[in-house]
Amino acid sequence: MADQPTASERFLQGILPENPVYRQLLGLCPTLAVTNGMKPAITMAVSVAFVLVCANVVISLIRNLLKPHLRIVIFTLTIATFVTIADRVLAAYLYQMSKTLGPYIPLIIVNCIIICRCEVCASKQSPFIAASDALGQAIGFGLALSSIAAVREILGTGGLFGIQLLPAAWPDWVIMVLPPGAFITLGLLLGFVNWLGMRKSGGSI
Amino acid sequence: MKSFFQTNLGQAWLVLLLALIFGSSLAGVQAALGPRIEDNKLKETLEKVPVVILGQTAADDLAAKGEPLTITPNTVSIDKNGITKFYTLYRADYADGTTAGWVAKSSGQGYADKIELLVGMDGNAQKVTGLFILDQKETPGLGNRIVEDEWRAQFSGLSTDTPFKVVKIGKGGVNEIDAISGATISSRSVTKLVNQAVSDLKPQVAQLKTSGKKGEK
Repeated sequence: MADQPTASERFLQGILPENPVYRQLLGLCPTLAVTNGMKPAITMAVSVAFVLVCANVVISLIRNLLKPHLRIVIFTLTIATFVTIADRVLAAYLYQMSKTLGPYIPLIIVNCIIICRCEVCASKQSPFIAASDALGQAIGFGLALSSIAAVREILGTGGLFGIQLLPAAWPDWVIMVLPPGAFITLGLLLGFVNWLGMRKSGGSI
Repeated sequence: MKSFFQTNLGQAWLVLLLALIFGSSLAGVQAALGPRIEDNKLKETLEKVPVVILGQTAADDLAAKGEPLTITPNTVSIDKNGITKFYTLYRADYADGTTAGWVAKSSGQGYADKIELLVGMDGNAQKVTGLFILDQKETPGLGNRIVEDEWRAQFSGLSTDTPFKVVKIGKGGVNEIDAISGATISSRSVTKLVNQAVSDLKPQVAQLKTSGKKGEK
C-alpha cells in the first residue's frame, strides 16, 4: 500500500494536524467531563493511551483475518477487554481516582477515537505503524486534555495539582470547575487552535 | 453443500476465539486484582462507618481526640420468602462501650449497574443517620448525582418507622425523598435499597444488641 502514511507520519499527524480533540472533535464526552483538574485529566489520558495502543496493535496483528462485516464486533470486543483491564487496575491501585473518574473509564469502550484509529489505521497497516499511530493520537489526546484541564484548574481554583499559583486574592472562578466551564474552555481553545492553524497556512478567517 | 467457512459459525470463528482468549485473560486479571479491590472497598467502608453514623464533623472530632469508634462487623442472614439474604452489619461503639450506631452494607440493581451503599442507623435503629454510596455507574450528570451530599443528606435524621417514598415534585409528607430530576430510577433504586436494608435489619439490631450485651457480662 504505497499511498498509506508511514509510521513517523502517523505519529506526528496525531499530535497536532489530526489531533483527536481539536481537529477531529472526537472523544468529547471525557474531554468535557474529566478536565476539571489536572490529575483526573492525566489519569484519563494515560488510560486511553493504554487502551489505544493495545487495541491498535492487536487489531493490526489480526487484520488479515478480519471479515469486513464482522470487524466492528471484533473492534468492540478488543477495546472492551483492554478498557476492563484499565478499569480494574485503577480500582486496585488508584482507588480514589477510579471513584472520581467513575463511569468515564468504562465509557472509553464507546470512545470514538479508538474505534476510529482501529478502522483508519490498524485494520490496514502493520503493527509497528499502528502502534506509532496510537501513540501519536494518545499524545495528542493527552495534550488536549491537559491544556483544557490546566486552564480550568488554574482559573477555577487558582492552582495546579493543588499547588497555589495565582495570588491568594484570586476569586476562584468556580464555574470553570463546573460543567459550563468545560464548554467555555473547550470552545475558546478550539477557536484558538483553529486560528493558529489558519494563520500558519496563510488563510484568513 | 456449503463448506464450513461459509456457514455463520464458520464466519464467526475469529469472534468466538477472541471472546474465549479475552474472557480468560480478564478472568486472570480479576483473580489477580480482585482481592486488592475488595481490600480497598473494605478500607473505605471502615473509614466511612463513623461518618455515616455521626456526620463528618463529629467523626473528625472523635478521631482528633484519639477516641475512634470500635467497629465490629457482623454477618446477618435474613430468610424472606424462602430466599436467604446476607448483609454485613457494622456495629460502632464509643470508647466507653455504648453503641453509637449501626451501618448496613446493601447492594442491588440501579439504572445502569449495581449500586453498593452504606446506610447508617442510630443505636436503636430508630433513625437513619446517613447514607454513603460505595460504588455506582449511573448516568454521568444525572444518576450519578446520588453520590452528592445534598441529595444523600435528605435521608439523615428520618425515622425508620415508615418506608421512604420518592416523590417527583413537592415533597412534604412523612419520609418523602425528592427524586433527582432526570434520574427518577436511580433515586428509586437507592431508596428501595435503603428501605430493604432498614426493614430487614431493624429487628436484627435489637436482637444483636441484647446478645452483644450478654456476651459482655
